[in-house]
Amino acid sequence: MIGMPSRHRSFALLAGVLLAQVLMLALQVKRDSRGRLIRVWSMTAVSPFEKGGAWGFGKVRGVWDHYFALQGTTRQNEELRTENDELKLTISQLQSKASEADRLAVLLNFRQSHEKVPMVMARVIGASAGTASHTVEIDRGERDGVRRNMAVITPDGAVGKIIESYRDTAQVLLLSDKEGGAGAMLVSSRIQSPVKGTGEPMLSMSYVAAEDTVNAGEKIVTSGMDKIFPRDVPIGTVLDVKQGNPFKQIRVKPAARLDRLEEVIVLLTQEPVNFKNDAEAQTAQPAAGSSASPASGKPAVKKP
Amino acid sequence: MNDTFELRGSESHIEVHKFFPGAVFGIAVISLVLQRILPVYLPRLEILDLPLLATIYFGLSRRNPSTGLLLGTMMGLMQDSLSGPTVPFGEYGIAKTVIGYLASSIGSRLDTEHPLARFALVAVFYVVHQASLTVVRRLLLNQAEGWFNLHLAIASLVNAVLGVILFTFLDRLRRSS
Repeated sequence: MIGMPSRHRSFALLAGVLLAQVLMLALQVKRDSRGRLIRVWSMTAVSPFEKGGAWGFGKVRGVWDHYFALQGTTRQNEELRTENDELKLTISQLQSKASEADRLAVLLNFRQSHEKVPMVMARVIGASAGTASHTVEIDRGERDGVRRNMAVITPDGAVGKIIESYRDTAQVLLLSDKEGGAGAMLVSSRIQSPVKGTGEPMLSMSYVAAEDTVNAGEKIVTSGMDKIFPRDVPIGTVLDVKQGNPFKQIRVKPAARLDRLEEVIVLLTQEPVNFKNDAEAQTAQPAAGSSASPASGKPAVKKP
Repeated sequence: MNDTFELRGSESHIEVHKFFPGAVFGIAVISLVLQRILPVYLPRLEILDLPLLATIYFGLSRRNPSTGLLLGTMMGLMQDSLSGPTVPFGEYGIAKTVIGYLASSIGSRLDTEHPLARFALVAVFYVVHQASLTVVRRLLLNQAEGWFNLHLAIASLVNAVLGVILFTFLDRLRRSS
């Protein structure tokens, strides 16, 4: 049996027995969400060495990668740059397509809301070669029923008129061209006066008598008197008004973005088009004391 | 258990007691059984720790640290196994291993036959035992456990009194060397 052990032997035995029981406890005890205690201990004991090892390997690998393994880096860099450029181009194309889809959706919506109005959608395929004129070329022509002096609009407002129509294309003279313009009237006062292009982004409204009241921000729509645009197509907004004699000098901000046209609508008729804008509200409250002449003979479209 | 052994060297002046065959095993079993049965009928007796008293007694009497700690280990593990599934193996085992080792180590150096010495030793060992349990529960089992309270003090005194009484009866199980 057990002889008399030395004091060291008994102490060693004590340590061994205690250790065995501690390990036995560790095998049984499960700490919340951390697994068995023996696993916790094992991980705690091993993790510093693992971290140290990972740190050491990382350093060695970093030194190797950054100083000794750079042979293919330049080529790889060039490949990545090329790929990056291609991806940028792809992104740009996709963004452009998304934007185009949005615009087309607006046009389609406009088209669907005016099913009874004969119109054709066209894509702008070219612009004027110089700054002297403000024209664009569209991909619709005589084969699509496009003829001279037809109105060109966007869902935002009037754009211009067809000045030349070819078999498959047509040229549009924008309102902003010096030769461009449209019969117009102020929505609130019903004052009629042509709006003309100036060769600059802004339009001008001429022949408004000095004694008439015109305020900045007033809406201007087509009057229909030019026999090109139907009535009530938005032309723009009064930007500022200067007194003159005998006429005011009125600058007009176009409703349509004439400098960024990509898709337009060619109206194949002069029938009134119902634009959803707040011109209705102003139309319903004509300014008192206006010297406006009555609207053209065509009846206004009843707004829904 | 081995009931015969001898001391050498500087510890030879301390008397080493021998017990009748099976006495150690029998006392150990009886203490464990009573520890389970008594609180059922007398809940207040839950304050007693009979296996601890047996461990202390045989540790002090046999005066061999190795056998003392092994006896403590066996008593503790048995107590663990009888304490239900919520008590993991080793909880009482560790505590009683420590007590077995300490009791036999002290028993090999001091005369522990006097009742006052026994009273003091049992009280101290009880506190050390509870402290060992607290360490195990706090550090290994992650249980909230207080270090010292009035209950511990009373329990240590009660067990010390009972230990003095029991040890007197247990002395009769010794064989004359």
